Amino acid sequence: MSTVADVIVVGGGPAGVAAAVELRRRGVKHVTIVDREPHLGGATRHCSHSPFGMREFGRLYFGAAYGRRLERAAAAAGVEVLTGHSVVSLGEQGALTVTSPRGVDMMSAKRVVIATGARETPRSARFISGDRPVGVITTGTLQSYAAFHGLMPFRRPLIVGSELVSYSALLTCLAHGARPVAMVEPNPYALARAPFTWLPRLAGIPFHCGAELIDIVGQNRVEAAKIRLENGTVQTLACDGVLLTGCFTPESALLLRSLQGVAPGSAGPAIDQDGRMQNPAYFAGGNVLRAVETAGWSFREGRRVGAAVAEDLARGTAGEAPVTVGFDSPIKLVVPGLLRRNGLATPAFQDFQLRFERRVRGCLSLELNGREVWSRKALWLPERRILVPIPPAAFKAGSVHFRFTEES
Amino acid sequence: MLQTPHPELYDVAIIGAGVVGCAVARRFALAGAKVVLIEKGADILSGASKANSAILHTGFDAPPDSLELELIRAGREEYLEIHESLNLALMKTGALICAWSGEDAEKLEEIEKQGRANGVAELRLLSASSARETMPGLAGRLVAALEVEGEHIIDPWSAPLAYLTQAVALGARFLRGAELLNGTFGGGWTLQTTNGAVRASAVVNAAGLYGDVVDQRLGFTAEFRIKPRKGQFVVLDKAACRHVPRIVLPVPTATTKGIVVCPTAFGNVLIGPTAEEQEDRVRATVETGTLRTLLQRGAEIVPALADIPVTAVYAGLRPATEEKAYRIFARPEKRAITLGGIRSTGLSAALGLAQHAMKLHAAFGEKFDAPPLIPKVSVPNLTETLERDWQRPDHGEIVCHCELVTRREIEAAMASPVPPGDFGGLRRRTRAGMGHCQGFYCNARLAAMTKGQLATSLAAGEQGKQ
Ligand SMILES: Cc1cc2nc3c(=O)[nH]c(=O)nc-3n(C[C@H](O)[C@H](O)[C@H](O)COP(=O)(O)OP(=O)(O)OC[C@H]3O[C@@H](n4cnc5c(N)ncnc54)[C@H](O)[C@@H]3O)c2cc1C
Ligand SMILES: Cc1cc2nc3c(=O)[nH]c(=O)nc-3n(C[C@H](O)[C@H](O)[C@H](O)COP(=O)(O)OP(=O)(O)OC[C@H]3O[C@@H](n4cnc5c(N)ncnc54)[C@H](O)[C@@H]3O)c2cc1C
Repeated sequence: MSTVADVIVVGGGPAGVAAAVELRRRGVKHVTIVDREPHLGGATRHCSHSPFGMREFGRLYFGAAYGRRLERAAAAAGVEVLTGHSVVSLGEQGALTVTSPRGVDMMSAKRVVIATGARETPRSARFISGDRPVGVITTGTLQSYAAFHGLMPFRRPLIVGSELVSYSALLTCLAHGARPVAMVEPNPYALARAPFTWLPRLAGIPFHCGAELIDIVGQNRVEAAKIRLENGTVQTLACDGVLLTGCFTPESALLLRSLQGVAPGSAGPAIDQDGRMQNPAYFAGGNVLRAVETAGWSFREGRRVGAAVAEDLARGTAGEAPVTVGFDSPIKLVVPGLLRRNGLATPAFQDFQLRFERRVRGCLSLELNGREVWSRKALWLPERRILVPIPPAAFKAGSVHFRFTEES
Repeated sequence: MLQTPHPELYDVAIIGAGVVGCAVARRFALAGAKVVLIEKGADILSGASKANSAILHTGFDAPPDSLELELIRAGREEYLEIHESLNLALMKTGALICAWSGEDAEKLEEIEKQGRANGVAELRLLSASSARETMPGLAGRLVAALEVEGEHIIDPWSAPLAYLTQAVALGARFLRGAELLNGTFGGGWTLQTTNGAVRASAVVNAAGLYGDVVDQRLGFTAEFRIKPRKGQFVVLDKAACRHVPRIVLPVPTATTKGIVVCPTAFGNVLIGPTAEEQEDRVRATVETGTLRTLLQRGAEIVPALADIPVTAVYAGLRPATEEKAYRIFARPEKRAITLGGIRSTGLSAALGLAQHAMKLHAAFGEKFDAPPLIPKVSVPNLTETLERDWQRPDHGEIVCHCELVTRREIEAAMASPVPPGDFGGLRRRTRAGMGHCQGFYCNARLAAMTKGQLATSLAAGEQGKQ
């Protein structure tokens, strides 16, 4: 069986729903959201303690309630929603292979929007030493235990990380009767800002910066974790779990395994100023582009990409080869990483979004055809959003590059 | 002790449900013996057999005229005969032994000669360019290669599961959570385990990393000592598989077979294993620095691998001994067989080892009546080489998104004749949680679905299954 739509949106989190609703609002007839989970909402569904929706819906929702609000928005806009449908592969001309309880279907559309979100990096890809017992998990998993099943994976975990989500993980633990034994951050400073960073102290939980997890011990369940503190001393902490927080990465396996590939740095799809990929039948928005922004940011981004897709459909494909935006290390990523000469009159992305790999002081500059058009000196921090307005001349430039000169 | 909760008298008790024990159980059950398989872990494959490279070897580099060579060849042959009927995968990838220096290239001829002497016919010396034609992803600095057509990739978990499932279908009993504590022989064996006593006429020690210990517990002076040798691996995302259609072996040195880059039956690519001697028989830890080195080595062999994300890491312990050879002993006066030191080729040789155990047992003078009917048994396919459940209708839903594991598959595994005893067992039977997110999306769901059914529950504060 084969379904044909004008636009298929893969992923029904904030970004995907916003894109789909915007497409319908702009008169695109057949818009379908395909999501593999039983409900829309994406990662917000398990975030029971975070408020969502103020800017998009004018009031606050928590956890699954926000997803239900998205479901209502999609229904009201006349979006076809297929939950419990997993996209398995992406074909060349907007043809998708999908599996659902019915089996395998082919679906195709004139345009496809990828909005598959982001997830945390698991223990394996972090190369953490030690045994591999049950109980080493990420925040998203912890929150799913608590929010969907009323379960907890541990009672006394060690928390690794100090991003915003790490404090959210701490709150989830405390709210469900788990008492973390400590919180460690390998960097010499916390990655999130105050007042979040006060939380561990308020809860009476030791917080160590510059401390590394060096061994996980346990044959069946986690029994202990060894950490090396900044001063070199090694501590063995008895615990029954290790909670790995943050280190987000786009959920982009579909792209990685298709002909499209992913962009170096962001590990998400490379897109141009309209959210369009190298293959102009494909667009993307939300956290699949880069890890990681808030749900609200993803929603707004999805809406802008939805608007761009509607315009693109009306105008016809932008087939021309894009220019790749180059960047120096330690810049981690630049989104959009492509620019097209014949993009839409009003691009979906007005700014370049940048991130740094590490804390570094120096001069960041943008060069078009080898000429500097913008620069700023600062102390740049990892996991912080940096916005650089895209100068209109950039769309016409033959080379676009972000330079970085480190100050000693 | 008079405690006899398992009072039946078995023909054969096998200690250890690794790939060898499972194969032996099948062989004896097929012959009509009343079999009990005794395993201390919560599931099969609790020891060496849970973590290997999954290569079905030809024996091209095995010691000439060795029993190991004979059993690898016999095991491989039987696998090729039975795999289809058991629904087991076979990826005919072939292997390339790659010479990265002139010095290595000179050794290829020697290896080819030994391979031929070992009875492996399909060997071909290739120039660098013809080798790279069969696998363009190989690094440009390749000097020459030896192709071994018959090296194949299989599913290392489903194979032993299929062997045991067939044994169970023929009436064999699988006793888990049962560590053999001691055995006494008085005309027959009485075996004390942590899960009750067992009586059997004959005993087969297939205890892998504890082969020497179990021999002692049976009252024998152990003829060998296990010296565990650890192997760590990195598993890359399925995006890597298009670059690695074949098994890539280095020219072996005196001490190790070296780092292999090879596809898996599940569509990933493996880099490993290391060879690290250790005393500890329990801990098979992974180490940050070693994993980084493996990743780097992989990219030196196939440069495109440098950009591919890591899916998983793992480590296994080889039951090596002070000698290279298998340590196989039969003690007819006590009707005992030891299949020890099955170091690094046990997956390939398991079915051959089982045939061999049967032969040794024949000398004990006990006969069985072959069952009138061999029930048809097959295991669910988890590999990319055959149709997967998600491709069929009515699978319920996808539970593990990365590996596309369906609810029907998980429910079927939990209700199967040899159900998983722990989470590792569930992963090995379904692949759930083994993909690139490593459970970010599905672990909580699996905790709910397996509540009360696994020895170590995923959720805390919950009694595991006894
Ligand atoms: C643990 C965690 C905590 C967070 N906490 C906060 C917070 O407190 N505040 C905040 O503002 N933000 C938070 N975020 C970030 C934010 O909620 C999400 O990243 C946001 O939901 C991003 O929206 P999205 O639409 O880009 O992706 P997602 O919400 O992740 O949605 C992606 C959707 O795509 C679907 N999908 C993926 N692959 C496929 C496929 N192959 N086929 C079909 N469907 C597919 C998924 O099922 C999912 O529904 C958190 C994120 C996580 C993971
Ligand atoms: C890194 C690595 C890579 C490898 N690659 C390959 C390959 O590519 N191809 C190949 O053919 N082979 C390979 N091998 C070798 C293969 O995995 C082993 O030869 C094989 O698993 C040995 O199986 P076994 O059944 O003898 O031992 P095990 O799997 O260790 O089984 C023994 C079982 O006995 C149980 N046991 C122990 N003591 C007791 C007791 N007292 N009471 C009850 N039960 C007990 C244990 O729990 C265990 O389950 C590799 C091995 C390693 C480690």
